[in-house]
Amino acid sequence: MAGVNERTGQAMDDAGAPAANAAQEQIARRMRRRGDESRWWWLVPTLYIVFLLVPIYWLVNMSFKTNREIVTGLTLYPHQPTLRNYAIIFTDPSWYSGYINSISYVVMNMVISVAVALPAAYAFSRYRFLGDKHLFFWLLTNRMAPPAVFALPFFQLYSAFGLIDTYWAVALAHCLFNVPLAVWILEGFMSGVPKEIDETAYIDGYSFPRFFVRIFMPLIASGIGVACFFCFMFSWVELLLARTLTTTDAKPIAAVMTRTVSAAGMDWGLLAAAGVLTLIPGALVIWFVRNYIAKGFALGRV
Amino acid sequence: MDKTWNNRAWFLVLPVLVLVAFSAVIPLMTVVNYSVQDTFGNNQFFWNGVDWYQELLASSRFWESMFRNLIFSAIILAIEVPLGIFIALNMPRRGWGVPTCLVLMALPLLVPWNVVGTIWQVFGRGDIGLLGYYVNALGVDYNYVQDPFDAWVTVIVMDVWHWTSLVVLLCYAGLVSIPDAFYQAAKIDGASRWAVFRYIQLPKMQRVLLIAVLLRFMDSFMIYTEPFVVTGGGPGNSTTFMSIDLVKMALGEFNLGQAAAMSLVYFLIILLLSWAFYTVMTNYDAER
Repeated sequence: MAGVNERTGQAMDDAGAPAANAAQEQIARRMRRRGDESRWWWLVPTLYIVFLLVPIYWLVNMSFKTNREIVTGLTLYPHQPTLRNYAIIFTDPSWYSGYINSISYVVMNMVISVAVALPAAYAFSRYRFLGDKHLFFWLLTNRMAPPAVFALPFFQLYSAFGLIDTYWAVALAHCLFNVPLAVWILEGFMSGVPKEIDETAYIDGYSFPRFFVRIFMPLIASGIGVACFFCFMFSWVELLLARTLTTTDAKPIAAVMTRTVSAAGMDWGLLAAAGVLTLIPGALVIWFVRNYIAKGFALGRV
Repeated sequence: MDKTWNNRAWFLVLPVLVLVAFSAVIPLMTVVNYSVQDTFGNNQFFWNGVDWYQELLASSRFWESMFRNLIFSAIILAIEVPLGIFIALNMPRRGWGVPTCLVLMALPLLVPWNVVGTIWQVFGRGDIGLLGYYVNALGVDYNYVQDPFDAWVTVIVMDVWHWTSLVVLLCYAGLVSIPDAFYQAAKIDGASRWAVFRYIQLPKMQRVLLIAVLLRFMDSFMIYTEPFVVTGGGPGNSTTFMSIDLVKMALGEFNLGQAAAMSLVYFLIILLLSWAFYTVMTNYDAER
């Protein structure tokens, strides 16, 4: 490679500026690929991904095994593959209702969070107003608040309103961290839209609601998608509040999973199958937000 | 962007305000109430002053769980941040490898937290788990249910598995934003690989790294579900972190007053950290 470089270097002298650019670009490209010395750079991400995937593989592997096979000996792949574990989940209402409950409150929470966050994020990105910085900071503290602190008071608050064991309880409780998250993410996206667009629209006679829905929201469509995804995700992965606020009717799948301990011992296969099914929603949509993952996890501050 | 001064913007913020007030302020007031009151049951409360706080701050239980949590956070940061930077530096920069790596690496971040616990609970068991089985086969006596050290190792490896990708993704986002010109200049100056990292990549990653460190610190400081599923806070109290201790106190022992006092102290710590985070971030933005 060094030889090629020297030759382009000579060509640079002969051909002048365009070739110089090409040569520099090549140098830069090679630098970006971690310079000359590390031929084995791909080993690092590969090893890391293997480290990430092996535990997941183990769970998937177990979910296709019979309990006898799991307990009697360690097998690297299911020798007698069975769908029994999945069959139980899809036929037993106490199992699949867990998924329905989870998805219901997660979607409710997502819709509420993004709907209230949209106007607020617009206000933060476009206007200065009394106490705006304090408000923004206060929202952040709620994202950072430990759910454990809120478990008990939430339980009592929602008991008082008769909301315990309904989807509403969990959906509202998860707003605690999802609304601030959505505001922060959306604010980041909205600040990227030039203010002239707003002004032009107002001059053209658009009212605020009409402008917001017809012009502004399409402009930040990807931002709304990212906010939705992260609200969905953080509500989906949370268990502490969801478990505290539900007893039977609205019990999330995560809490149902703790039921696999029975008199006959642990039903490992069933537990694994239930776990695998909770991975699917995230795995399905992650492809669509792959370029925004970092932004979402960093509260839109990247 | 220069913003217009307009107090009517409050109307746009109002829905958020009402919602978050309902789900944050009212519960927090309940906690404040409990922390200064005592009860003999029957919903009869009477004023108790700061007794709960004194009791809490004098109890070794509180300090132990906090100390444990701080050590845990420190170890987590010491492992995940350098590892994350290292992996981000070795990520592919173009072609099909980029989205593939991003998606595969982000996978653990999207696993429900209790399932993360379940995965490692199973994975680490000596009888049915791949990891536990082979570690035992190598002659190392490994049993996270009984040995506090093994429990810690399991919880830490689990957290590295779960969250290192966050550091990787953030650092990667910082790295790709470095213009080619920087690398060209470095090449012309004959800069070494280390110099490129130290004087170009690291300064350019500063902002995302800051976010990564603070997020990782705060999330590890309020970790609950994963260690709860794997070890349940045990063996003994060896992996009882602050959140686990708090939930045990509030919902397990129903020791309302002390739990409320602990909640507030806990919340205050988080508040201070958030404030530091916010100040640093806004100052950083202002400088640019």
